Amino acid sequence: MITEGKFGKYGGIFVPELIIPALEELEGAFLRYKDDEKFTKELEFYLREFAGRPTSLYFAKNLSKKFGCKIYLKREDMLHTGAHKINNTLGQGLLAKYMGKKRLMAETGAGQHGIATAVVGAMLSIPTEVYMGIEDVERQKLNVFRMELSGSHVIPVETGSKTLKDAINEAFRDWITNVETTHYLIGSTMGPHPYPIMVKHFQSVIGNEARKQILEKEGKLPDAVIACVGGGSNAMGVFSGFIEDKDVELIGVEGGGDGIETERTGATLCKGTEGILHGSLSFVLQDDNGQISEAHSVSAGLDYPGVGPEHAHLKITGRANYVAVTNQEALRGFELLSKYEGIIPALESAHAVAYAEKYSKVIENSEKTIIINLSGRGDKDMFLVAKEMGVEV
Amino acid sequence: MKSHQRYTAEEKNVVQGYSEMFLDVKNRGEGAFIPFTVAGDPDFETSLKIVQQYVDSGADALEIGFPFSDPVADGPSVQAADIRSLNSGMTTERCFEFIDRIRKFTSIPIGILVYYNLIYKIGLEEFYRKARKSGINGILAADLPPEESNDAVYMAKKYKINQIFMVAQTTSNQRINEVVKRCSGFLYVVAVMGVTGARSDIKKSTVDLIKRVKNHTKLPLVVGFGISKPEHVSDVIKSGADGAIVASAIIDIITDKLDDMDVAKDEIGSFCRELKHSTK
Repeated sequence: MITEGKFGKYGGIFVPELIIPALEELEGAFLRYKDDEKFTKELEFYLREFAGRPTSLYFAKNLSKKFGCKIYLKREDMLHTGAHKINNTLGQGLLAKYMGKKRLMAETGAGQHGIATAVVGAMLSIPTEVYMGIEDVERQKLNVFRMELSGSHVIPVETGSKTLKDAINEAFRDWITNVETTHYLIGSTMGPHPYPIMVKHFQSVIGNEARKQILEKEGKLPDAVIACVGGGSNAMGVFSGFIEDKDVELIGVEGGGDGIETERTGATLCKGTEGILHGSLSFVLQDDNGQISEAHSVSAGLDYPGVGPEHAHLKITGRANYVAVTNQEALRGFELLSKYEGIIPALESAHAVAYAEKYSKVIENSEKTIIINLSGRGDKDMFLVAKEMGVEV
Repeated sequence: MKSHQRYTAEEKNVVQGYSEMFLDVKNRGEGAFIPFTVAGDPDFETSLKIVQQYVDSGADALEIGFPFSDPVADGPSVQAADIRSLNSGMTTERCFEFIDRIRKFTSIPIGILVYYNLIYKIGLEEFYRKARKSGINGILAADLPPEESNDAVYMAKKYKINQIFMVAQTTSNQRINEVVKRCSGFLYVVAVMGVTGARSDIKKSTVDLIKRVKNHTKLPLVVGFGISKPEHVSDVIKSGADGAIVASAIIDIITDKLDDMDVAKDEIGSFCRELKHSTK
């Protein structure tokens, strides 16, 4: 490895020996191409023409009135496939092509990262396979169909918890077996080095745009930036634009599930302890023996017992604050944004909206400016939300 | 008929070291047969009987897995065994008790296979101290490459335990040199590209890897992953390996015969004798 890939003490390469040479190859390629003129031009082209960047920083006037402060929404929900995930899959997909890899392989929870990988695989003409827990396959049939329409093969995972955590385990096993031909396209700022820095790099386009846009619109930096945190890629993407601006408060909102005092939660940073999962040292939800617990959140994207290692570092150093909102609070955020702004958010992003309401009550200052990273749109959650609301569709 | 007498730890009050064992086996013109099982699969007492059967059927050393919820280096057989073991109530503490119990009937070397979070969670010092106390000879953490192993290697030295590492076909000669600097006891040579699990044949690439690694170290080489038939064992021993670890193929017997563990034990016994015979 050229660099250590540590954030303070967090991160690292806790993987079986068979994978190490692939990580070295990937790190080398990433460092070589990330600032390469041809590569960056091509990536910018696809981000603009295929994904729909830049996304707007939208002043949510009705919500601002209701919350009593200025609320801006970074509209990642407007991107192709409906979420920020495509920023990363385009970057890594293109990198895999430059590396001459013959196959893309990914894991997915609810299916958003799977779809974002599938469309990039189709667009770049690279065969793509996606691991998905059998329970998620059942819950997200439409997304499985979308991936298959885009020419990807979805492999149901029947081991362990049969959800995202085990889809990642299977993806690692696949990679161990096919490491020479396959690029494992990890969907968040997690996993072994170089994934956390690489995914952050490809998602930093969110923060770079948002910083420029808020300066244009407000003439000053925001007081706070709020984003939901599952693995942590959309949060890391938007935080990266403001991390050096010490006066900007960075707030990550985790999926609290039924509440962090219960067993049914996905709030890894709020409730977890230090541990090693899926290649890096970070915070994890685990028992006293180090066995990994199953996470729970109404939002599949926040339903993961680990979190990216840089978030662990930001938490310990105090640069960012991490909070949790419950399923019920998130559903309220979902309804608020839909009703007041005509924007139906992903349930993940609804967590950030819900916390913004709480936060605005604490600050009570109409001149304060908050950016909410609206990481995705809610189309995928319609059936689930209807069910929660007791509505038949 | 065995040419040497084995003593239990209590009789002789010592634990046989890896170097002693490998020398012993070599002097007999054999390779070491090292069966693997997950501690507590399917439950503590049955698992202990299975290990006893290993020892009675000619095992030269033991490789014992501590169950982990997310074993990414293992295939379906070992993962299922991990889950059975965890569901039966195994914890890291119980795993050490398991080793204590094994030590009551054998002095042959015992290596453990763990995932690093199990060590990290308890604390390195505590884990290695307990391992030493239980008479564990070697620790292999499947997800701990040399780059992350400074603390573990330090503790291993402090508590006189062998820290064991893996090399694979993808490992460059330069990396092999780095690995062997930190490794003691034996070097674990991964036979196949992939996770643990039974395979149909041993590829030429495995033979080539054994020969390549031999140029870099005097450490005993033990081949594992995908070694599932007597022919595999004799193939790797003939290619210059000092021993072979058999895991999934034995665990598959346990999995198939869960409702009749007496039959499973007999089958495991005869399979192990066959495997041991093929090291000669």
